[in-house]
Amino acid sequence: MIPDEYLQTFVVECRELLEQMEQALLSLEQAEQDPEIINAIFRAAHTIKGSAGMFGIDPIVAFTHAAESVLDRVRGGDIAMTAPLAALFIEAHDHLKELVDHVAEGSQPPEAIERHGQSLIEQLESYLGRTADRQAGSSGETPTVQESRLEREQQSDTVGTDLWHISLRFGPEVFRNGMDPFSFVRCLSSLGSIVELVTLIDAIPPAEQMDPETCYLGFEISFSSDADKVEIDNIFNFVRSDCFIRILPPHSKASEYQRLIKELPEQEMRLGEILVKCGTLTPEELDAILHIQSEYDADQHRLIGEVLVEQQLVSPPVVEAALEKQKQVKDNKHSEASLIRVDAEKLDDLINLVGELIIAGAGTNLIARRAKMADLIESTATLSRLVEEVRDSALALRMVQIGATFNRFQRVVRDVSKELGKDVDLVISGADTELDKTVVEKIGDPLTHLVRNSMDHGIEPADVRIARGKPAQGTLKLNAYHDAGSIVIEVSDDGGGLNKEKILSKAHERGLIPEGANLSDKEIYNLIFEAGFSTADTVSNLSGRGVGMDVVRRNIQALRGSIDLDSVDGQGSTVRIRLPLTLSIINGFMVGVGSAAYVIPLDMVVECVELRAWAKDEGDGQYLNLRGEVLPYRRLRDHFDSEGEPVQRENVVVVRYGERKAGLVVDKLMGEFQTVIKPLGKLFKSEKSLGGFTILGSGEVALIVDVPGLMGQIEHEKETASFPRSGVGMQ
Amino acid sequence: MANLKNKKQPPGRIAIDGELTIYTALELKDTLLAGLSAHQELELDLSGVGEIDAAGLQLLVMIKQQAAVLNKVLRFSGHSPVVVDLLDLSGLAGFFGDPLLIVRKPTTEGQPT
Repeated sequence: MIPDEYLQTFVVECRELLEQMEQALLSLEQAEQDPEIINAIFRAAHTIKGSAGMFGIDPIVAFTHAAESVLDRVRGGDIAMTAPLAALFIEAHDHLKELVDHVAEGSQPPEAIERHGQSLIEQLESYLGRTADRQAGSSGETPTVQESRLEREQQSDTVGTDLWHISLRFGPEVFRNGMDPFSFVRCLSSLGSIVELVTLIDAIPPAEQMDPETCYLGFEISFSSDADKVEIDNIFNFVRSDCFIRILPPHSKASEYQRLIKELPEQEMRLGEILVKCGTLTPEELDAILHIQSEYDADQHRLIGEVLVEQQLVSPPVVEAALEKQKQVKDNKHSEASLIRVDAEKLDDLINLVGELIIAGAGTNLIARRAKMADLIESTATLSRLVEEVRDSALALRMVQIGATFNRFQRVVRDVSKELGKDVDLVISGADTELDKTVVEKIGDPLTHLVRNSMDHGIEPADVRIARGKPAQGTLKLNAYHDAGSIVIEVSDDGGGLNKEKILSKAHERGLIPEGANLSDKEIYNLIFEAGFSTADTVSNLSGRGVGMDVVRRNIQALRGSIDLDSVDGQGSTVRIRLPLTLSIINGFMVGVGSAAYVIPLDMVVECVELRAWAKDEGDGQYLNLRGEVLPYRRLRDHFDSEGEPVQRENVVVVRYGERKAGLVVDKLMGEFQTVIKPLGKLFKSEKSLGGFTILGSGEVALIVDVPGLMGQIEHEKETASFPRSGVGMQ
Repeated sequence: MANLKNKKQPPGRIAIDGELTIYTALELKDTLLAGLSAHQELELDLSGVGEIDAAGLQLLVMIKQQAAVLNKVLRFSGHSPVVVDLLDLSGLAGFFGDPLLIVRKPTTEGQPT
């Protein structure tokens, strides 16, 4: 079989290309007639076909071929890209995606899919057929389309030999890359016997221009073997990027040989002779092939006959095809050079190492301070600045723009709109906001759910909208931005908003809230994130089954994020997801309480104030007056039940998370500290106010305060008539 | 042309010892071309060749073609087993073995892709 790692790359590449294709198709469907977009689709289809061909995945090749042919006509302006055609291509895209999925799983597509593919091919070809009549006699046909027609005509026309034919043209760098073409030939002998081998020396230039370290050689080999194509092909794995390889199985179609002749660099007649010499073709077969070729060329290009007589030049289509091929190779090389695929695990390792480096650096820094050596302190300062930069760039490696994730929703919105019969426009903003790749991967499902939910429940049917004086087309917005060390993702719609009464009565019904409880609007709205909650009158297949919003919330919380919801009756609702930027390293602000050290994420720290000097205790031990602002606060000493005498001058660290602020009273402010978050053990799982721990330079452990968790806890305690809490035993 | 015919020289002889491979190709090219331009007849002694690869073979083809271009006589002699083996594998024995073989003019469009 095909080695897994190559197949893996193939699948990944195909999926990327399919994604690009989908994007382009969706914008086409919105009646944009940009030739660049059609080109992009064509290129994607072409590349998929090419690599599928390389792996011998015939169903994909056959299918993409049909799509490509139509696209080529569209590109040439022969067929107009209408909305139905774009829709057909979207179906074709889906079919391809399924095929690729089957390749990834190593399974055969079921018959239903094959039939579906067949009918799609027929539909695609109907576009070709209709214009073919119109196009007859025109000379603007492209080689791709011609080939397909020829293949069909010559279906039964196979060559008699039962030998494989292998054509190799080695690239100039082969020697310099440390490979010997003959070693591949010898390797080939292990799979079967070489019947005839012709070494092509035609490409060796005259003595003065010849570079002895450049490879000019090529082989035409006829080969007898029981091995399959993949096995033979695998021999050339090491030289693949550097070598032109064509392998024709025994009894190939004459048209295959004809294409081979066209693809190879040498003159057609010379090649034909070589093929005969190799024993691959009989002279009669060669004649027939060349005859067919000149005949069909003559159809379109009158010049070809003369050219063949001259026997100096290859035919123009070959030149054209070769030029195009070269251009593609160059294009590919270009994009390959600017991007490297890296195993995500390697990145994780790197970030882990950087984490260790930060801890070690902090240790050195501490020693330098203790030793009071000015030079050493200075050099550790430089070192820690550099380490900080290394950390930032290491983390940046994992950062990806959220745009790709957002763009996927174009499709979701399109499909759901059709399904629901609602006209919904998706507006994306903040697509260039970056966040950690692991977060991006995990945010897709919850977002999909939210988007579907908004479309199903939020946005009203067109007639209701018009009655309410809104435009018939609903708008769904996806937005992302950075805020206070987290990324905020918003899903908003201009629909009817949430129905407070409905939610309340449902909540009572399910016993989620006690009778007579007085809840703020926000609290009511957020009830929909409780398990088993749905306000939909009818259960559609999209949402309303009561599973979902609680799962969404759980998924978000697993990422150390939070979710809340705003709704204005009759004007729409906004779901706001707040997520940490990274999952492993943060800039921390270290504070001391008693003998213990705590780290507060620096991004959330707004300011530090001395408790006595600035903020006045309002007396009930719960709120501070911070320049006229009511600030709930908590003594970390009480919260964590630390031992030791209270210090004279306590400080308040004002933290902000989202729209909420709180004050944390601590004994000592110890300054900034780079923190590698290590997860706490299971024992601390139920403690919401701790986010993890970190190791200080001195080897001591500092606990990381989970600000949102702590705030939630404070609020919760306030609601349930605050009893002095028992706290977490620390020592 | 005329002076070449008149110049009666003793045939030159170059013995290649050791490697005839990519590692030695660069310097061997100069040696061989220098040898060819100095003599009307050149004999290459291949008996000492302990290793030969495709780069080496390519070099032999080049010098053979160059000899034909310059209308000079070039002979290979004493092929060591590795050389014989490679000539056999490549199917080029005929190309080298027959000094009367007319060498095809190198094609210019034939760059490998």
